[in-house]
Amino acid sequence: MDNSIREILIKNILTPTEVGLDKDTLNTLQLLRREKVYHPVITISSNTSSKIMGVDEVKKQIGNYVRERNIKVDLIEVGSLGLSSLETMVSVQLPGKTRVFFKHVNPENIILILDSIFNNFIRDEFVYGQLRDKNYEPWEQVPFLDEIAYFNYQQRLILNQCGFIDVNSIDEFIAFGGYQTFVKTINNNTPAEVCDIVEQSMLRGRGGEGYLTGKKWKIAASTAGHQKYLICNAGESDPGAFMERHLMESDPHKIVEAMAISAYAIGAHKAFIYIESDYELAIQRINQAIEQATAYGLLGHDIMGTGYTLEIIIKQGAGAYVCGEETALINSMEGNRGKPHSKPPYPAVKGLFDQPTVVNNVETLVNVPVILKKGADWYRSIGTEESKGTKVFSISGKVECAGLVEVEMGTKIRDIIFRIAGGIRNNNRFKAVHVGGPSGGCLTEEHLDTLIDFESIMMVGASLGSASLVVLDEDNCIIDTVKFFMNYLQKESCGICIPCREGTRRMYEILDNISKRPKDDDGYTTLQRFKGVMQLETLAEVLKDTSMCGLGQRAANPVLSTLKWFRDEYEEHIFERNCNAGVCQELRTFEIDVDACTGCTICARKCPTGAIFGTPKNAHFIVQDKCIGCGICYETCKFSAIISK
Amino acid sequence: MREVEKILDQYPFVQRDNLIPILQEIQKKFGYISEEAIVMVGSYLKMPTSKIYGLATFYNQFRFSPQGQFHIKICNGTSCHVNANPLILKEVESILGIKDGEKTKDNRFSLETTTCMGVCGMGPVMAVNDRYYTQLTVTEVNKIIKNYQQSEE
Repeated sequence: MDNSIREILIKNILTPTEVGLDKDTLNTLQLLRREKVYHPVITISSNTSSKIMGVDEVKKQIGNYVRERNIKVDLIEVGSLGLSSLETMVSVQLPGKTRVFFKHVNPENIILILDSIFNNFIRDEFVYGQLRDKNYEPWEQVPFLDEIAYFNYQQRLILNQCGFIDVNSIDEFIAFGGYQTFVKTINNNTPAEVCDIVEQSMLRGRGGEGYLTGKKWKIAASTAGHQKYLICNAGESDPGAFMERHLMESDPHKIVEAMAISAYAIGAHKAFIYIESDYELAIQRINQAIEQATAYGLLGHDIMGTGYTLEIIIKQGAGAYVCGEETALINSMEGNRGKPHSKPPYPAVKGLFDQPTVVNNVETLVNVPVILKKGADWYRSIGTEESKGTKVFSISGKVECAGLVEVEMGTKIRDIIFRIAGGIRNNNRFKAVHVGGPSGGCLTEEHLDTLIDFESIMMVGASLGSASLVVLDEDNCIIDTVKFFMNYLQKESCGICIPCREGTRRMYEILDNISKRPKDDDGYTTLQRFKGVMQLETLAEVLKDTSMCGLGQRAANPVLSTLKWFRDEYEEHIFERNCNAGVCQELRTFEIDVDACTGCTICARKCPTGAIFGTPKNAHFIVQDKCIGCGICYETCKFSAIISK
Repeated sequence: MREVEKILDQYPFVQRDNLIPILQEIQKKFGYISEEAIVMVGSYLKMPTSKIYGLATFYNQFRFSPQGQFHIKICNGTSCHVNANPLILKEVESILGIKDGEKTKDNRFSLETTTCMGVCGMGPVMAVNDRYYTQLTVTEVNKIIKNYQQSEE
């Protein structure tokens, strides 16, 4: 590492002023911020999504390309802009020109892209947009990123650097103002002052409960203990949420800085970050960030001569959804089964190794440097009356453009789905959006104008929780989706309290029952099925009232919210034994179109239950009593003679 | 078993909170946690093996039998689910004749569903060893698995 750069940067952290900087310092900073570019800069988005899409091969191709042609370029790895359906993304910046982003880059088209841009023209089919920058001349005919709907409606306070900044370089992070807030805070503010500022900002925990972060910190800070601990909960483990993973991969230093400030505020000298062990890239990036920061003297013993000591340790989770709950998380870190216990005592009073412990999730913590930098008053001006700041969502499912979005609290859900994410794929009809993962709820068309804040979302039966938005369209069955969540929850229930352990299992069975064809069709079975649904509602209410931790209490949310808003679909499944979307396989019925059937006998041979009869070269027919609705005949028929009903 | 000792040697002043990291390292090294390894960890930590086994079975990460030569992982995240991944799973199950979490008799294929792999924009997703396949259709899966079945290595 170049020591002179390091000294310049550290000097800049201590006295962050642009005025009166000597020429060398200014030059170094400008180079790092890419305000001066002498040779082409190529950035590759390197994250879990793009790794799976084959970014390594693209990188190799770029390396070969510039070597063969003897072009000197800066090839850097960045995280992701958040557009996970457009990966792999590559950007190229030529000296004097703005940075241009290309989408869906693969090893084949990268050569075409580079060929064209080095010859000063841009191929429309691959380009995504260009970054607005007053220092550089823009490309013609290329849209600016801030004009594209995806970015236009977002307000990026914490994702601002994702996809732009070099993930492997602490220098670049510092040049953009990183760690300044931390160093300034530990030099000028007492821990109590920091807690005050955060409390005034009305920052609320993004984990789901929405508890005031400042208040929680004060409890931990004022409780006596040998040691105090900060735990950053980055164990997402919700199927369908990826913002914490994304933040860790795209801007690891931001999380390290946020943890450092928060640990200082509660007086902790040890901070842990709990990451799922299958988030390999995230672990690697955070680890690297911690090492770099320690080498710069920003972590470790006696930070910047202030006497404050802090160590950040990565703890790898072993995969359990319930460990998102703070007491379960602490149990898991102590080397026990990840079982929650009843509160109080709250972890802020008696947590890890029985010491006062603050558990916050990644998103909550990264808001802290922003608040300290710009002030509590400024932060309070963003958002709604009760919920301040922004909220990050991962949106996926049947939308045009899946990815990560950050919007101001108080934005309508409709805007996120139809403006930012580009609406429903293939012009299908919107059916529902599931908010908040397995413990969240489904919202319908009429709730799309709900504002995003803790209270409004709670009112309509969902929770902000993990803040994943999964969009369903007309081809999705609500029963099937709820069944999926129930199956997930009954597997993940830790089993310590009975309502959750038994309740989730029974709810899954009831749902499974109504998405299946009854074995014999008399009045009794129908009555049983109907009674099941009646019980489903009672069971869900009991679960909500009597479970010990958040997992059980919220496990009923998907059932209760869909029973409320999609009752007709439940009734259709029970009374008419029909799944309109055609997802519940056993409820499908098939018929053979006599005119189209050529009697090739393939379907009869493939049918697992022998429900298809007929003689060769004559039209076949299906015996409905034997049919299990598996659809194999439908898939194998070459003449489209089988009709699904 | 030398290898297990080597791993244990890295934890000289061991306490209960090191148990999960130790098990994680053993699994990383061997691909699964064998009975012998659990016994060794137990005597090193002075803990009953039943406790260790009880802990390890609680978490999804730990496996107690080796993977097949081709380990197939199918993403079972919400986004993949609504993008019709159950059909993909069913297809793989029917070709290989095994269910989720099982292994074929010749030890060539093992099948596992995982929670979100983090490529929610590209579902359904499947991985065979370290090779990933995205935006799958049933026909494609059929071809991919058949290819692996015919391959010699």
